[in-house]
Amino acid sequence: MADRDGQANGSVRAEHPLVADRLVGLDHQIASGKPSVAAGWDLPADLDKDPAVIPQLADVRVPPELLAEIEYRMSLYPDPRSAVLPALKIAQRHHGYLSTLAMLQVAAVMKVTPAYLSSIASFYDMLNEEPLGRHYIYVCTSVSCHLSNAKRIYDAIVEAAEKLDLGDTDIRAFECLGACDMQPMASVDGRYVGPLKPSDAPEIVLALREGRVPLPGRGLDDPDHMPAGAGDPPPQDEAK
Amino acid sequence: MKAPPLRLLEDIDEPGLHLLEVYERRGGYSSLRKALTELDQDEVLQRISDSEIRGRGGAGFPMGMKAGFVPKGDMDKYLICNADESEPGAFKDRVLIQKNPHLLVEGCIIGARAIGANQAFIYIRGEYAHQADILERAVAEAYTAGYLGKDILEIGFDLELVVHRGAGAYICGEEMALLDSLEGKRGNPRLKPPFPANAGVYQGPTLLNNVETLCNVPLIVGLGAEEFRKLGTEQSIGTKVVSVSGNVQRPGNYEVPMGTTVREIIYDLAGGPPEGREIKCFFPGGSSAPVLTGDEGLDLRYDFETMAQAGSMLGSGSMIVVDDSQPLVPLALRLAEFYRHESCGKCVPCREGTNWTVKMLERIDSGEATPMDFELLVQVQTNILGNCLCVLGDSMAMPVGSMLAKFRHEFERHAAEARARNEGALVEQSAPELAAAPSIGPA
Repeated sequence: MADRDGQANGSVRAEHPLVADRLVGLDHQIASGKPSVAAGWDLPADLDKDPAVIPQLADVRVPPELLAEIEYRMSLYPDPRSAVLPALKIAQRHHGYLSTLAMLQVAAVMKVTPAYLSSIASFYDMLNEEPLGRHYIYVCTSVSCHLSNAKRIYDAIVEAAEKLDLGDTDIRAFECLGACDMQPMASVDGRYVGPLKPSDAPEIVLALREGRVPLPGRGLDDPDHMPAGAGDPPPQDEAK
Repeated sequence: MKAPPLRLLEDIDEPGLHLLEVYERRGGYSSLRKALTELDQDEVLQRISDSEIRGRGGAGFPMGMKAGFVPKGDMDKYLICNADESEPGAFKDRVLIQKNPHLLVEGCIIGARAIGANQAFIYIRGEYAHQADILERAVAEAYTAGYLGKDILEIGFDLELVVHRGAGAYICGEEMALLDSLEGKRGNPRLKPPFPANAGVYQGPTLLNNVETLCNVPLIVGLGAEEFRKLGTEQSIGTKVVSVSGNVQRPGNYEVPMGTTVREIIYDLAGGPPEGREIKCFFPGGSSAPVLTGDEGLDLRYDFETMAQAGSMLGSGSMIVVDDSQPLVPLALRLAEFYRHESCGKCVPCREGTNWTVKMLERIDSGEATPMDFELLVQVQTNILGNCLCVLGDSMAMPVGSMLAKFRHEFERHAAEARARNEGALVEQSAPELAAAPSIGPA
């Protein structure tokens, strides 16, 4: 249907004065480098395409370990669909991110459409539909950490990562990670480290680049690390 | 002040407490044996009701009453432990899970027994990956020891327990959103009623409780309701694990009997604000509680009823202390940004309200605010309150609204100073010779 393809649509739109104004505005927005509020909102839907179907397991090659792991997860719940989150996480770990192929494989195993999985993946922060890096540094910048200058920690880590050319890492200012007793803190590939100073940033970045554990002894679970007061009654001499 | 008696955190520093062997040596799972072999199902429920324990997750609803709403009968019933602790300032559940996972498992089993559930879930937030690993190991140990699975302790009671990991959405800690998320959907809150006790996960009767509440259950069964009620106040029974963070010298988790004064918690336990600083205000119950100023709040008792009377709430029991060196506008902005990011977008007042609150606070922070913005900001907060399916929007409206009400002058001064700075910079940029003249230059 020629009248529905993008080009024809574009010309009709451009002729209308109001739409033309809007398009000029859009050009400015694109030129300014500002991302649109929701990318792709102005792209016409492809109405010629068949509706999405549930991919068949016979048509999609699913790595056996992925299949086994997802099926095990599905067996744990009264309703197998509950395993969507674990299954997506397993696929993300396997592929590095939720690529089209990863979605197709999970969809085939779980018997849902890839679009359904995409609706889930876009809702949750820890599921990525874009490759963001093999490692992550989540710097907590929420209320308690904000009160101890977490923004400076984040800036220092971003700066150090640029200076030391750390690639393949997703560095984010994250919301509360639930470790305010070691504020300000960060989660490096799931390992909580803190309390941090801006001067710790190069060490974290270097350790990640060289594959070492950053800041040994200052992780939440390191045997000799216990932030002051965490779970302890106050020392006797301070008790009144 | 003498060291307060500990219940939940008593053994917390015992090395290897997360292992079944150590936990059992410290008397673990004896409450379970008692609940399953000495008491019948109704007696367990009765004991929880008699203890009058109130939920530790935020709302403070009596657990016994909630469990009593679950219908009797043979239908599939579920118990869910809400371990999606994501509120800024809260980290008590993390410590309980990480250090003493078997206490939670034991609590879940007894709780499930009380309502006759055969399937239990622990919904833990995705960021707690390490804690979830520990919990999963504990669950596996409990299965091996015969505390979970088929025919537990040979009394014909079956229970399956699954640790379900979230994926980084604060809204999934809201009970109705948690149910949707657990069913494999986006975490959007559902309309209430029906309440989870009637139609929860998979539309079956569901009892949903916080980690700390369920951790108290083995103690209730072990000590007996009478003994359990000896700590705390008349309406707030037992002890509370309080997470103290922000501008204090010793941030951390402290267990205190309900009714301990705020001053004792902040000064004696957490070491008070840094040297030479005073407390400007504090959040008594996590970032969603209305703030109390140091003057009005420090001598109050820390329990559900006193905090509610003071116009705030105990919430999840996380105190965030703000000292007098902290400007409030960036803090309010940070808070609003959090709720904007975490709003699921289902209800308009919350989705739009959080967004516009952030925009207005940004204008106040950058000096572009007009006097109208302050009124509008108050109005937006009022219009969010009580108008959504869940309380996420309220959780922003309450603290931001209370900061505005109590520190309005500081917000106005912040905006005025920022505006003066902007104007000064503008003069400097367009007419440097004027800016150099002391009489006209920036104030």
